[in-house]
Formats: sequence, structure tokens, C-alpha cells
Amino acid sequence: MLSDRKSDMSEPHIRMNDLNVWYGSYHILRHITADIPAQGITAIIGPSGCGKTTLLKSINRLLDEMEGTRVQGQIWLDGMNIYDNGVDVTEVRTRVGFLAPKPSPLPMSIYDNVAYGPRIHQHDHNSRGSKNQDLDRIVELNLRAAGLWEEVKDRLRSSASQLSTGQQQRLCLARALAVKPDVLLCDEPTSALDPIAAQKIEAQLRELKKERTIVVVTHMLRQARRMADHVIFLWMGELVEAGPAMQMFAKPRDGRTQAYLDGDIG
Amino acid sequence: MKWSKVEEKIFVAIMICSTVVVLSSLALILGTVIWRGLPALNLAMLIQTPKGGYYLGKEGGILNAILGSLFLAGGATALALAISLPIALYLHFYAERSWHGEVVRLALDVLWGIPSIVYGAFAFTLMLWLGLRASLLGGIIALSLLELPIMTRGMDEAINMVHPLLKEASYSLGATRLETALKIVVRQSIPGLLTAVLLAFGRGIGDAASVLFTAGFTDHLPTSLFEPAASLPLAIFFQLSTPFPAVQDRAYASALVLTGIVLTLSLISRRLAGRLTEHVIR
Amino acid sequence: MAPSTPTEFIEKWLAIPKRLSRQTLDRLAKKWMGFQTVAVGMLVPLIALALLLRAQPILTVRPLGELLFGTTWHPIKQAFGFYPFIMGTLWVTITSMIIAVPPSLMVAIYLAEYAPQRVRALIKPLIDLLAGIPSVVYGVWGVLTVVPLIRNYVAPTIDRWLSFVPLFQSDNPTGYSVLAGGVVLAVMVFPIIIAVAEEVIHAVPRDLREASLAMGATRWQTMKYVTLRKAVAGVIAAIGLGFSRAFGETMAVMMVVGNVPKVPSSILDSAYPLTALIANNYGEMMSVPLYDAALLGAALFLMVVVLIFNIASRLTLVRLVQHS
Repeated sequence: MLSDRKSDMSEPHIRMNDLNVWYGSYHILRHITADIPAQGITAIIGPSGCGKTTLLKSINRLLDEMEGTRVQGQIWLDGMNIYDNGVDVTEVRTRVGFLAPKPSPLPMSIYDNVAYGPRIHQHDHNSRGSKNQDLDRIVELNLRAAGLWEEVKDRLRSSASQLSTGQQQRLCLARALAVKPDVLLCDEPTSALDPIAAQKIEAQLRELKKERTIVVVTHMLRQARRMADHVIFLWMGELVEAGPAMQMFAKPRDGRTQAYLDGDIG
Repeated sequence: MKWSKVEEKIFVAIMICSTVVVLSSLALILGTVIWRGLPALNLAMLIQTPKGGYYLGKEGGILNAILGSLFLAGGATALALAISLPIALYLHFYAERSWHGEVVRLALDVLWGIPSIVYGAFAFTLMLWLGLRASLLGGIIALSLLELPIMTRGMDEAINMVHPLLKEASYSLGATRLETALKIVVRQSIPGLLTAVLLAFGRGIGDAASVLFTAGFTDHLPTSLFEPAASLPLAIFFQLSTPFPAVQDRAYASALVLTGIVLTLSLISRRLAGRLTEHVIR
Repeated sequence: MAPSTPTEFIEKWLAIPKRLSRQTLDRLAKKWMGFQTVAVGMLVPLIALALLLRAQPILTVRPLGELLFGTTWHPIKQAFGFYPFIMGTLWVTITSMIIAVPPSLMVAIYLAEYAPQRVRALIKPLIDLLAGIPSVVYGVWGVLTVVPLIRNYVAPTIDRWLSFVPLFQSDNPTGYSVLAGGVVLAVMVFPIIIAVAEEVIHAVPRDLREASLAMGATRWQTMKYVTLRKAVAGVIAAIGLGFSRAFGETMAVMMVVGNVPKVPSSILDSAYPLTALIANNYGEMMSVPLYDAALLGAALFLMVVVLIFNIASRLTLVRLVQHS
């Protein structure tokens, strides 16, 4: 099935194949098989506790960091199973960025927050490759990409904790972008923000989807409707339905999806 | 391999080595005490008091010190318990989420850090003012000061573990705070309270510097609160200070006895903590 | 109706609480418990005050500078210079911190970040056990193991290879030395530093660590650049608590440092810490004027130093806990 992946240009960017996750003895994700197409925004929706965040965190192996978690199955990223033995987890995470629900600025300046990723990786690749001017350029580029540059360009050296929550979240976005991920995972990226700050994040994500694959977990249906090109609907740890957003929202195939969209469940 | 991975591997190796060093120091201490103490240990030592010339290597044992230590630490623990439990309950029931509760907790933490020799000096000063000589009572006072912060903080934490809903349930049935404290919360946190008591007892029985001038030392069994009392730590220290190998061997045996008591206590408290949970609601 | 039998008498007294209203009992209990709490809360200043009163006689006739920096200790001749003892304590304490801090922090990081649950559950009780061993047993271990080791192996080796370094030059052949005290104290403070440091590292919010890991940082990079940065105040507090514990330790130290009242100039020299000075001389000083005041002054000094380190550390920890 996957042997012809190199020849097929319309191959999905991420392919999950019979993915199972347990927390201890609790089987939280069951037999998930789904594709996430390249570019565009894929929204993972479903009632709370259905495993949305778990699914998201499985894509860059952040689940590894939680003790007592067990993962079975495969996730193919550009033709590489990220759960293969011998896969470099830090490499996977460099290619798959993550934006947490609550902004988590690192305890350092705005500049250092964005430069954190490039600095971490600079030893490993062409050593000392990134000069200071390069870093300056990277920081500016990514702060612009996150729509934050104009607001902070005069105080790059001040502590990131002084920014407003909305600004902090865009800083986290810039920070995640600074390592040039192909995929960006966003876990309810606007849930801690006020509506205006949320709007700004949504706008940036819509802009960013042109060059990247973006996966967004959201419990807000309206947000999914506004942003998503593709939708994955989870229900109690199982994948009920997945497909293009237009079709899912207009004519869901499964009764549970219909009920969820109508607000009868969840 | 990437440098960051190599760096991590190096540091994890250092961490594991450090852990091994720390754990092997424990093994080394226990091993040394057992290896040197066990051959010198015999029943006569445990059931006799020092006879004439004991510290020159003649007949006798350390029963005076064993009993003295048990009396000292027992009395101190009882005294500390009478003071600790009300404080722990007060912190929880009458000074909840108030700044003075936090100040008392801070004071207790600071008391915990005060060196035992300072407690000894302070207790000696108290005794001077009360007209007491070095005696069992003096030692008990000094040790209870030492045990007080350990026990109170332990109890405080044990009581903190009780689910707040349990308290609310008791209040909503019309119980006063005192009734809730004594009938519900104390019973609910008994394993934790007991652990705190045993921890304090263990600390008390092992301390030497605070009883050095408050309890004195004697070759007789303790008979009165106002007579000096021997203690195991000091017996170890004095026997080790003699130039006679035979007496020094007894010091090692005594150290083994003391270590045995302390370790047994800590094992018992772990066991009991699991046992006395019949009525505990989780 | 007067009680006629002892039983009735006891019953009458036992009945009193029942006659008091439950609310009154509650209020009485509050008063009594509150009194005890305040009394214990006042214990720290009380101890300091008592020691100050007892040390007063010498503090009024000798300037503080002379006491702290005087180098002669000769009670019979009324010379009370603490300097050699203060230096003895400092040498031993600092040596112990140099030995104890790096491995303790490494173990704390290991337990907080790397060790699987099973390993943690195995190691932590063992480290607690280390904290429960009486100090006199540490002293016995020092005499039996550490001192001979230094006398027979460490000192000769150092003498052979490193004797050009002043810090290692010594003609003390006994093994009873600053280094021996430092090693014994280091093992004694391991559990303190490890427990507190592990707690503060563990208290760093998960989000922060995840943010760093999610960018492809290794756990160690995350620890180095993010977690430790956030926990640095708490880690320093942990070291401060260890320091004050080592500073005030008496029994174990005095059994292995040799107790020679001279300022050490090498870690292989003997030392005479303040605590040992008090412990060795208290009780036999009553006949010499000012002697007991001097010793209680030493205890006061000890307490003040320990208090400063302790309060600073505890306040830092309390603030950290409130923030997280």
C-alpha cells in the first residue's frame, strides 16, 4: 500500500495507520487510520475527552514525554514512520512544530524565545553556521510571519513575560516557525485568548497554510468552519469520519457527526 | 551522531553515576556498620549495664544507653506530640489560608534547620533558669524541641492530604470545627500522623549533640526524671573515644544497634502507614 | 449533691465537657491551640534571645571584632578568639558543598526528568533512609572508612602528585582532616539537596518543558536552557539548606576532623569547627569566668548564620511555590 509513496505526488503529508494509544490501561485512541493532506488546515474536532489532543501530540511524539503512555501503529510523515525504532525524535519534532493552548513563553527575552530553536540546532548542523546577523534575520522573519514584529521590534530584549497573552501566543507561533517545520500542530490555539487576539492567530494560520500543513485541534465548531479545509471527527477515541470540510459540514455521512454538528451531543 | 545527542548521553551517564555514588554511600555506611558491628555484638551487651572498668574493656553492656535512649526519645516524642497535634490542627482549621498560618509554617521550617547543638545550648539555659541539673527531664526537653518542627510539619502535611470535601461534609452535618478535626480529620490522617511521630522519634533517638549536656550520662538505668540518663549516641561516642580496641568494637556494635532501631522504625512506619487505613476514605 | 465514691468523682469531672456547649468547646479549643501555635512560632526569637542574654557578659566586655577575628583561644588567660573555629567550620562546610552539590543536582535532575516511575519509587525511599541515619553513625563510618582511606591512599597520592598546590600541602599524617569532615558532611547533605532540588525542578510547569521539547530540543537542552533557568532560585535555596545543615552539624564532624585549634591551610589539615568547640567544652567551663558566655556566644553566632541561610532559602521556596 505504501510502497508506491515516492511516485505519487498527491500522497498525503501525514498518514496514520491503525494508531492505538493507551494511558496506562485506558485505551484512549482506537484504531485510527486517517490521512492529512499536504498544505491547508486540517481540523480535528470532537467532544472534549475524545482524544483530540492525544492524536495531535502523537504526530510529533510529544506523547513520549508522558509517563505511562503506550503507542501502537504507524504514523508516516513524508514516507517515514516516525514510530520506527531508530527514528530521531528531535528530528521529527523539528519538522513538526507545536503550538500549545496556553502560551508558554520561555523564561528569556522575546528575541531569545524566537532564536531558541535555531540556536539549539546550530551545533548539530553546519556548526556555528548561524551568525548573529543570520539570527537577527531569522527572528525578524518569523516575528513578521506571526504578525508580531511591528508590536515588539523596539523591545526585543525585554522579557517575553511582559507581553499580553495574545502577543505571547503569537510569540510562541513565531518561536515554533523559527525551526522551519513542514507541519504545524495547534492544540486549541485560541482557547486562552480574547476574541480579537484569537482572530489575529486565526488570520496568521490562514496565511501560513499556503506553505505548510497545519493541523488544528478545536472544540469550537465555528472556528473549524471558518478555518478548516479538511476535518477529522473523533468520538470517544475512535475516528468516525474524515474528509474535505465542505462535504463534512454540508453532508456528513455518519449520524454521530450530524448529531455533533447539530449540537445534540458533545 | 548529533552533538546534542552526544551531550545528552554524556550527562545522563553522569547522572546515573551520581545516583550510584549516592546510593553506594548508603550501602557503604550500612555495610561498614554491619561488618564491624556484628562480630562485636552479643546478647550480654544488650542486657547488662556497664560494670566497673567497662570502658577499659571489662564486663558489661549498654542496656543503660538503650533504655536511656528509649526513655529520652519516648518522653520527648510524647511531649512533642502534645504540642504538635494541636498546632497542626490549628494551622488547618483555624488559620486556614491566612498569612499567620504561613508565618508559623515558615517558623517551623526554620526551626527544623536549627542545629541540634543550639537546641542543646538553649535547653541547658532553660534548665539553668529552672534549677535543673543534667537529667532525663532535661534531655527530654531538649529532644522535644528538636522533634517539634519535624513532627508538626509532618502532621501538617498529613492533614493537608485529607480531601477538603470530607471536611465540608462534616460541617454540613452541623459538626463544629473541633469535632470535625478530632473525629473526622485525625482519624482520616492517622497513617500520616503516625509516620510523622515515628520520623520524629527516629530523629530524637539518634541525636547526640542536644543531649550531650542536658541529659548527661550514667552507667545506671534511668530511674527518675531528675537523674542523668545515658543515651546510645553518646555511648557510641564515648566508647569510640577510648584507646582500647575492645571498647571501640563495642562502639561499632552499639552503632549497629542504633542503626537497627532507626531503620526498623522507618520500616515500621512504612508498614503501618499501609495498615491503619481501614476507615480511611480515598 | 457531693460525690461519695471516687468513681462518681471522676464521672462528674468527665461530664463537664458535655455540659459545655459544643460551640464553647470549639472556641476554647481554638484559644488553646492558638496559644500553642503562637508560642512555637515565637520559639526562634526566644532561642536567639536566650542565647544573647547568656552571651551578654562577654559581648559587653569584648568588641565583636576581637571575638570573631581574634586568633588566640585560651580561656584561662581570658583570650576568646573564635577565628580558628569559624575558619574550621567554613573550611569543612565549603569542602562538603564542593563535594556534595554537583552529584546532588545531577541526581535531582535524573529523578525529576529522566528516571522512570519504577526507578524513582525505588531510589527515593533509599535516599530518605540516608537522611534518617543518626549523625553519630555517620561519624563512626567516617572514623572506620573515610579517615583510613584518606590516611592510607588519598593523602599519599595527593602528596605525590599535587603537593605543589598549596591547597593540598599538609604534614598531617592522621587522616583526621578537613577532607574527611567534608566527605562525611557531603553524604549527610545529599538527601537534603536532592529532595529540595528535585521538588523545585519538578515544579517547573510542564507546558514550558513541552514548548522546548516540541521544537526538537533534547531533554538535556530543555533542562539546561529552560527548566534550570526557571528553577535556579529554588536550586540555590536547596544548596542554601544543605549549607546550613552542614554548617551546624556537630557530632559527625567532630569525630573526623581532628579538632586542632589552628586555621587550616589545606584540605588535608586538621580543623576545629565551632560546633565541636561547644560540644567539647560545655559543662567543664563553669569555673572559668566568661567561658560559658563565650561558648554561648559561639552558639549564637552559629544560629545567626544558619538562620540567615535558612530563612533566605525558605522564603525563596515559599515564593516559588506560590508562583507555580
